Amino acid sequence: MGGSSPCASCKLLRRRCAKDCIFAPYFPSDDPHKFAIVHKVFGASNVSKMLQELPIQQRGDAVSSLVYEANARVRDPVYGCVGAISYLENQVSQLQMQLAVAQTEILCIQMQQESTQILQDHKLFLLPTNNNLDTISQYLNSASSVIQDPPPLKRESLWT
Amino acid sequence: MGSGRCAACRYLRRKCTDDCILSPYFPSNNPQRFVSVHRIYGASNVSKLLQRLPTHLRAEAADSLYYEAQCRLEDRVYGCVGLIFLLQQQIHAAESQLIKTQAEIAVMKSQVQHP
Repeated sequence: MGGSSPCASCKLLRRRCAKDCIFAPYFPSDDPHKFAIVHKVFGASNVSKMLQELPIQQRGDAVSSLVYEANARVRDPVYGCVGAISYLENQVSQLQMQLAVAQTEILCIQMQQESTQILQDHKLFLLPTNNNLDTISQYLNSASSVIQDPPPLKRESLWT
Repeated sequence: MGSGRCAACRYLRRKCTDDCILSPYFPSNNPQRFVSVHRIYGASNVSKLLQRLPTHLRAEAADSLYYEAQCRLEDRVYGCVGLIFLLQQQIHAAESQLIKTQAEIAVMKSQVQHP
């Protein structure tokens, strides 16, 4: 009958790993580096307090984010995760600018297409072709038989 | 004559020496700044981290530690990593929209050339 091996945290802290050890579910003994890095940046005591404040179902995610932050801080001791945040915010700004430029280009193309269409329609109206010359002369002939000379204008005062 | 202790030494109830490493970055007029950082990292870890850096980089490091500590206090589960996930999602969405818009431009241009 052997006892279970201590978790990575208790192994590093050289203490007995209790059954209800708060670290044990998240820092297994086969990954000592994970706890080592979190302990280096945050300290075991702070991590323990943080986990105790959270409901059990959220502790796994909390540990993952602490490990991520700790790794970022070890890689970049000056800026940590803030360096990554600045970089990503910059990328978002650049992409939004590129998107605005592309959307403006679409508007310009649409406007060009519309003005080209208007011009084409206008030309068709102003420059009669052989096809519509006959139609126009027929119209004029039929219109002249209907239109009578207008009656002479009576001069009336606008003030009466 | 006041004690002239920095926020860290005042909080930790200790004498603030002339060479206190925390004093330039945790002035007494902003006690909350040190309290946030201490709650997440601990004064000892912050001191060790700053000691390992050249002096001209320590102010930036203290600022980024404070920023991350604040994020963690506001979001106990994800801290500033939540913001990183959000930004990555925004980048993905913007990239997709840009690709779609550029494809629309290509189609419109080809329609103009070959009506």
